Formats: sequence, C-alpha cells, structure tokens
Amino acid sequence: MTEYLSLSLILFTIGAVGVLVRRNAIVVFMCIELMLNATNLAFVSFSRQTGNLDGQVAAFFVMVVAAAEVVVGLAIIVSIYRTRRSISVDDASLLKS
Amino acid sequence: MFDAGSASMFDLQWLLIAVPLVSGLGLLVWGKESDAFGHLIATVASTFSFVFGLVLFLSLVGSDAEDRSRTSTLFTWIDAGRFHVDMSFTFDQLSGLFVLLITGVGTLIHVYSIGYMAHDERRRRFFAYLNIFIAAMLTLVLAADYLVLFLGWEGVGLASYLLIGFWQHKPSAAAAAKKAFVVNRVGDIGMALAIMLMFAQFGTSSIDAVNTSVVGASGSVATALGLLLLLGACGKSAQVPLQSWLLDAMEGPTPVSALIHAATMVTAGVYLVVRSSGIYDASEAARTAVIIVGLVTLLTGAWIGCAKDDIKKALAGSTMSQIGYMMLAAGLGPAGYAFAVFHLITHGFFKANMFLGAGSVMHGMDDDVDMRHYGALRTAMPITFVTFGLGYLAIIGFPGTAGFFSKDRIIEAAFGDSFWVGMGALIGAGVTAFYMTRLMMMTFFGPKRWLEDVEPHESPKVMTIPLIVLGAMSVLAGALIISDFIPEWLEPVVGSEEHHELGIPVWLMTLIITLTAAAGVAVAVWLYRREIAQDAPADSEVSFFARAGRNELYGNQLNDAVVVRPTRHLTRFLVWLDVKGVDGFVTGLADRLGDTSQFLRKPQTGYVRSYAATLFGGALLVVLALLAVTLA
Repeated sequence: MTEYLSLSLILFTIGAVGVLVRRNAIVVFMCIELMLNATNLAFVSFSRQTGNLDGQVAAFFVMVVAAAEVVVGLAIIVSIYRTRRSISVDDASLLKS
Repeated sequence: MFDAGSASMFDLQWLLIAVPLVSGLGLLVWGKESDAFGHLIATVASTFSFVFGLVLFLSLVGSDAEDRSRTSTLFTWIDAGRFHVDMSFTFDQLSGLFVLLITGVGTLIHVYSIGYMAHDERRRRFFAYLNIFIAAMLTLVLAADYLVLFLGWEGVGLASYLLIGFWQHKPSAAAAAKKAFVVNRVGDIGMALAIMLMFAQFGTSSIDAVNTSVVGASGSVATALGLLLLLGACGKSAQVPLQSWLLDAMEGPTPVSALIHAATMVTAGVYLVVRSSGIYDASEAARTAVIIVGLVTLLTGAWIGCAKDDIKKALAGSTMSQIGYMMLAAGLGPAGYAFAVFHLITHGFFKANMFLGAGSVMHGMDDDVDMRHYGALRTAMPITFVTFGLGYLAIIGFPGTAGFFSKDRIIEAAFGDSFWVGMGALIGAGVTAFYMTRLMMMTFFGPKRWLEDVEPHESPKVMTIPLIVLGAMSVLAGALIISDFIPEWLEPVVGSEEHHELGIPVWLMTLIITLTAAAGVAVAVWLYRREIAQDAPADSEVSFFARAGRNELYGNQLNDAVVVRPTRHLTRFLVWLDVKGVDGFVTGLADRLGDTSQFLRKPQTGYVRSYAATLFGGALLVVLALLAVTLA
C-alpha cells in the first residue's frame, strides 16, 4: 500500500516540478498528465484499501476530463505555434500590467 | 369727492411700483427697435407714478386726520409656520411725502437724462435701470413690513450698483460699483439681523406691530434693534463708518448721482430711522448712537467737501454732511423726526438741482470735473448759473429759502438736546457755507481757467427745464414749514414734543446761525478771489487739513488696514489650509493607494509558470493548514 502511495507522490512531485521549471508547452502538458495520473493511482490505491468502488469511478472521471483537456490543450498549443512559431510558455506573457 | 372711491383707489397703490417696474424690465428685454423711444416710455412710466402719487396724496390731505394711513395687502408673501409676511403697502403721511419726492425728482431727472444721455448708445438700458430704481425705492417707502422694506432696500442697492457701474468700460467705475455694493452688504447684515431679532422677539416683522410692541419689550431689545437698524442706515446713507463708497459712487453718470446718491436712495437710512420711531423712542442709547453718527458724519462730510477739486466729489461730501444733519435730527427723537424729514425733502430738491447743475456744467466742459479748469461760467451758462445759485442759497441757509428753514430747525433742536451737539451742527453750517461758496467761486466766478479746445455752452432745454423747476422748488419748499405744515402733518406717524427751552429767543438763534453761515461765505469769498492754479498743488504742499480732506480723512486707508488686509491674510491662511490640509489629505490618501497598487501589481508578470508557482504555494499552505488543524 505504502509503495503505491509513495510512487504516486513521486510521480506527482515530478509532474509539479516539471510544470514549474520547463518552458516547452508540450513538456508542461505532459507533466500535467503525469500529475493527473499520479492522483489516479492514489485514488485506485485507496479504493482497493477501503474495498469500495468510489475511487475507481473517480479515476475514470479524471481520465475522461484529462482526455478532453488534451484535445483542447493541444489545439491551443498548435494554434499558438502557428502564429508565433514558438511553443515556449514564457513567450505568451502579454497578459500583464 | 373721494369718499366713495378712495378706499379702492388706495388699494391700487401697488400700481405706483408696478408701472415703472414693468416698464424697466420690459425695456431691458425689448430689442434694439426700442432704442428710439425707450427713454420716452420710461419717462412716461415715472410720470404716471408721480401723477398717481399726487392724486393719492391729495386724497389723503382731503380725508379725515385719523384716516390718513391706508394699508392695502396684495397677497401673502410668506406663510411658513409661525412666520407670516404679507406683501402689503402703507400709504400714509410719511410715505406719501416720500412718494412725491421720489417720483417728482425722479421724473425731472428722467427728463434731464433724455438730454444728458442723448449720445450714449446704451441710453435705453440707462432708463430701464432708472425705472427699476424708482420701483425699488417706492417699495422701500411704501412697505408695511420690514421684510418688504428690505426687498426695496436691496432693490435700490442693485439699481445703485448697476448705475454707478453704468460706464463699465472704465475700470474705476466698475470698481466703484463693486465697492458700493460690498460696503452696503455690511449695512445689510445689520438690517437682516434686525429683522431676525424682530421675528424672534415679537413673532412678526410688520412695521406697525414691531413699533407698537417694542414699548413692552425689554430695553436691551430696543437698543439692539436700534443699533442694528442704524448699521443698515449707515450703509445705505453713507454715514461714518460706512461712508467710503459715496465719493467713489460719483463715477456714475451725473443724473444718477443726483437721483440716487443725493436726493433719494442715500436718504433711505433717515427714512428707516424715522419709520422705526417706536424703536428709537424706546431706547435712549440707540438714539444717542444715531446722534453721534449724524454729528460725526456731518463734520466729516463738510471737511471733505472743503478739500475736493472734483465738483461732483465736493457735492458728494456735502451730501454726506447734509444727511448727517438729518440723522442728527432723527436721533433727537420726537423733537427732530419731522425736521429730519423736512430737511430730507428740501435737500432732495436743492441737492438734486445742484448735481444736475454740475452735470450741465460738465456737459458744457467736455465732461471735465476739475473745478480748477472752470471759472467765469456764469456768462457762458446763465441758466445753469442761476438755478445752481438758487440751490446754493438754499443749502447755505440764505434767509427765506428752503434750506434756511429746515437747517435752522435742526440746529435749534440740536441745541435743545445739548450744547455740544448744537455747536457741532452750528460749525457744520458755517463750513457748509464755506465749501459751497468755494465751489461757486471756482466754477462760476473769477477768470477763465478753461483747458484748450473747451467751448462752454448752455445745455439744451430738456436739461435746463428740470433745473429751473428744481431751482424754484429749492427756494419755495421752505413755505411748507412756515405754516408748520410738515410737523403737524407727520405728527400722527412720528409723534411730537414741545420744544426744549433754548435759554435764548428763537430769533436770536436764527440770527446766530445766519451770521455763522455769512462768516463761512465771507471767508470763502476772501480766500478764492485770488488766482487759482490750473493744476492742483501736490499733497506735500498743502496744509494738513487739506491733505486729510483730499484723502477723504483716510477712510479708505482705515478700511484697508482694519478690514481688507486682515481679511486678505485670513483668506490666504484659509487657502493654505485648503490646499495643504484638506487637499493634502485627500490627494495624499489617493497617492498612498496608488503606491500600494504599484506594489501589488508586481506579482502579475504574465508568466504562466509564476502563476502556477503561486497556485502550488497556495495549495501547499492549505494542505499544511489542514494538517495542522487535524493533528492539533
């Protein structure tokens, strides 16, 4: 049990650090996916431990939302790349005072 | 003959005011096409008021003695809780005399102005203002309530302001108008406070009710009312200490000086004191204050009149001085009220006459007012000379003229009050004779001192006829007192009192007064027979008396030091407080808010990663807080 949760924590941390330090939008995106899947792992582990299916259902929901998010997110990234020839998140920083 | 209709006729007394008012306002809004005949409309309106006033007056003379005060109420002006003011007018013995004086002299001056203002392109406006003045002045004297009186009081102030500043392109005229207005405001504060006090004490501001109920009130109330009304009277009548505006007011056209600043408006203060006789009868202290103001002004004005080379300013000093006589008489109480009014009326005639005469002289001398440039005008302008001479005889009190009777009575009454007051009035009479003779000598006698290109000529008939009428009245009005008409006529309004014993026979008193005046004349003739320089000697070359007189006894400097400069300092302090204090606080608050937002906007970098870091940090804090709560 502890091993699963530890793995989930490690994956989530890698994802979080990736989001914070990387500039490439695709990599940031993959890191977000990593964090989502780390939480999925935690959900499933707790579901297994408590013996009911709530966690499993929640994991399915997360997968659906993540799939939708990938569709929209990739579309935005492609569109930004087409106009700016760059997918660095730091280049899209016009929205500031 | 008026028995059946008289009641209704007096109900129409508001027409006296309404006709000139409508005419005046109408001329102001009517366009240029009325330029050609506007002055005629105004003159007709003023004549109507005179004729109607005369009819009312004669009908009053014809009615029973106890039935000579006719009040008519037009409508309720103010009805607020306990405060009730009717728009009502009283035509009685006192206001009747004033109506005749105002409309009579007023109409003559309208006629005169047709000629005097003939070449002024704003003549229509001038006549509109004159009509508004007549209406306001009639409101003032006909009012049956102090608040209605105040309405007329402010109305004449407005008309005076507009007419002094009529030639507004001259900065001096604009400044003089402003000065007159501001100084009058000081007096008006007194009036306003008096009316408030009346309401607080008696619950009414009706002239009749106040003067009746003041008898039962405490002495201090009567004194306060008397002093406050005196302050108002000082402002309007240019009495010390609010005298400074009158000499500057001579910047206005000469007919205005004659009508407003000699014959009628400036006497409103005297009217106010006489009309409030109930209040002054109830307070010895207020009466004494009136006497002091009158005496001081009478001597001050005479002093100034002696030193001025400007013919209008010399006459203005004389006006101050003569109004001082009236105030003095009014302050003597029932012994003097009637004489105050009598002198007021004779003065109205002879001073208007002399001002118009001065206007006629200026008309012939290309609007030069410096008497040092006159001389020998008696041959060039014979009619002006003769009519002016009649006014001159009246003011110095030449036996048989109007001024002789009216001034005589006042000086006698002053001696009846106290020796020193009488002496002051007597000296004033001597000085009056001196400065008026000086004026005559410098203007009409002696060698020519005309400037080049000046061709004195007699004025047109439209100007000389009013002069002739007023000249005749200056002499003849004295007949009104020989029969004791005025004192008896006014007795129901102001009361009467037996004469004080003078200790010497009346004829001797009269002789002394006449001799004093004769001495003044003799000194002036002797002094001004010699050559007079065309240019006035510098201030440093003349004696202290002349220097002080020229500078109007330093009244302006005194006002400046006592009122203007401290006020200016106070204003500067208040401006500083406003800019630094109030504004500083508000702008400071805004600045601090701005600084704070400048600081707060720094975290908004536009970088997604920094937002994400904030998000994580926040989430971390929430988790830690949750842990802390659960573990604790």
